[in-house]
Amino acid sequence: MIPISLIQSTAEVLMDKAAIEIPQDYLDGLQQAAKTEDGDLSSFVLKAMLENYEAAKEDRRAMCGDTGVPRWFVKMGNEARVEGGMVALEAALRRATASATNGVPLRPNRVHPLWRTDHDNNVGIGAPEIEYGFEPEGEWIDLITVHKGGLFGTDYRMLFPSDGIQGIKRFYLDSLMAFGKRGLACQPAIIGIGLGGSKDICMTLGKRASTLRIVGSRNSDPRIAEMEDEFKELGNSIGMGAMGFVGKNMVIDCNIEVGYCHTGGMPMSVHAFCLSSRRAAARIHADGRVEHRTDPDWFTDYQRRETVEWEPQREAAE
Amino acid sequence: MTIREVRLSTTPSDESIADLRLGDIVYLDGLMYTAREGVYMRALDDKANIPMELPSQSAANFHCSPAARINPDGSFDMGAVTATASFRFAKWLPEWMAKTGAKLIVGKGGMSSRDYKEYFVPNGAVYLSTVGYGTGALLGRGVENVEAVHWNEELGLAQAMWVIKCNGMGPFIVASDLNGDCLFERENAKIAENVARVYEGTKPAVLKRYGESDDRTDEVI
Repeated sequence: MIPISLIQSTAEVLMDKAAIEIPQDYLDGLQQAAKTEDGDLSSFVLKAMLENYEAAKEDRRAMCGDTGVPRWFVKMGNEARVEGGMVALEAALRRATASATNGVPLRPNRVHPLWRTDHDNNVGIGAPEIEYGFEPEGEWIDLITVHKGGLFGTDYRMLFPSDGIQGIKRFYLDSLMAFGKRGLACQPAIIGIGLGGSKDICMTLGKRASTLRIVGSRNSDPRIAEMEDEFKELGNSIGMGAMGFVGKNMVIDCNIEVGYCHTGGMPMSVHAFCLSSRRAAARIHADGRVEHRTDPDWFTDYQRRETVEWEPQREAAE
Repeated sequence: MTIREVRLSTTPSDESIADLRLGDIVYLDGLMYTAREGVYMRALDDKANIPMELPSQSAANFHCSPAARINPDGSFDMGAVTATASFRFAKWLPEWMAKTGAKLIVGKGGMSSRDYKEYFVPNGAVYLSTVGYGTGALLGRGVENVEAVHWNEELGLAQAMWVIKCNGMGPFIVASDLNGDCLFERENAKIAENVARVYEGTKPAVLKRYGESDDRTDEVI
């Protein structure tokens, strides 16, 4: 049984880490980009961003003034049990979100869409989002927080089988061109592409591809992994860099996730996880151990399973 | 090209503004206030009295909501500050500039050269963009003091009018000049040369959307 107080205290630490500490994989990716960048303005921007990450950590202040919209991904091993059940867990995550908003401080970004009323704590109707995943074994619970920023860099379109790979490329480029100009997407970004699923899940897949997979990871399907490499290169060949200035670094990495869709369609979504790619994760074990990490490790073989029953032995042998 | 760095007052002289060139990096000194849609609507649409002497106290309008809190004792803590995209505020800016004498509009992503020519240049104003975007921690270091926050009860912390004292606050980048030229449009034009090559081989989607045709009597198939 995992104590609810441990869930709340861990969640508060995660809120703080996500807002302040740039994940190492993104930092490595940006440092690599800064080495290759030869556009003078783009280079200046990347240098300033690298200094900014240092300043945030030194001062323990948020790396960006727009601290995004805090949300939670919760994953549980099949045997995990939470004190007070899942209603208690949701309350703990809402409390942690509110208290960290005042504590770090974060910008209270969440308002009612029509009345624009603000509770000044990032909590409200449907906020923070809490989404769940499960794994076949284990007594642990993973808490993952993502503070995704940005109103730009995201789009959805219903494509069709006849649009093919060239249609997918075109919509990908359209998204980068539309939101890359003037740097509205706050690139270089981790671009996530969702392909398939039903409409809402297509958005979810793309969002998770950008926020729950790290720079350098590759899809377990080798042909999709090849597309990821190709799309990264394609995005970086536009000639657009940070802030939409001339440059060669728009895409720090491109992650693609797929889901089975209606036979007649090929829905596609594109998401950009910005220069402040804020995420933090921790595994809480039943014995009270807490292990912090920055890789959400969301897309396991189980999450991508194709068969009716989960038969890991046979899938591994194939 | 070497990048030029400049210190600039938030109540700048006409000469110092005329001296700015596209792509210069600017660090600000003096008082700056945040104002975005909430403040504009309250001051311009609802005609509320602006709680500052403008432009004598500050001619610098920051399109920003800070990550900040008001403590129980009434003091403020400001962590990171970052700008929000300015193009959405074009509706209010001409009237705001006329009313407040703002000379520096500080935000994210700039405006169009048409905006610059129509009401920035006649007001002797230029646009400064934040860098990144998201050098929020660096900008936060440039905040010497939070002087006041106005309208936080009416508008919430994110939309409130924060008055901050800048001490070498930056970096910002000069994105328009007194010719009305636009840094981002200059860069777009350079990138445009390459667009056809990047799109080579791709094809338009079979199902169109309105926007790709603006004639609503058209079908999208």
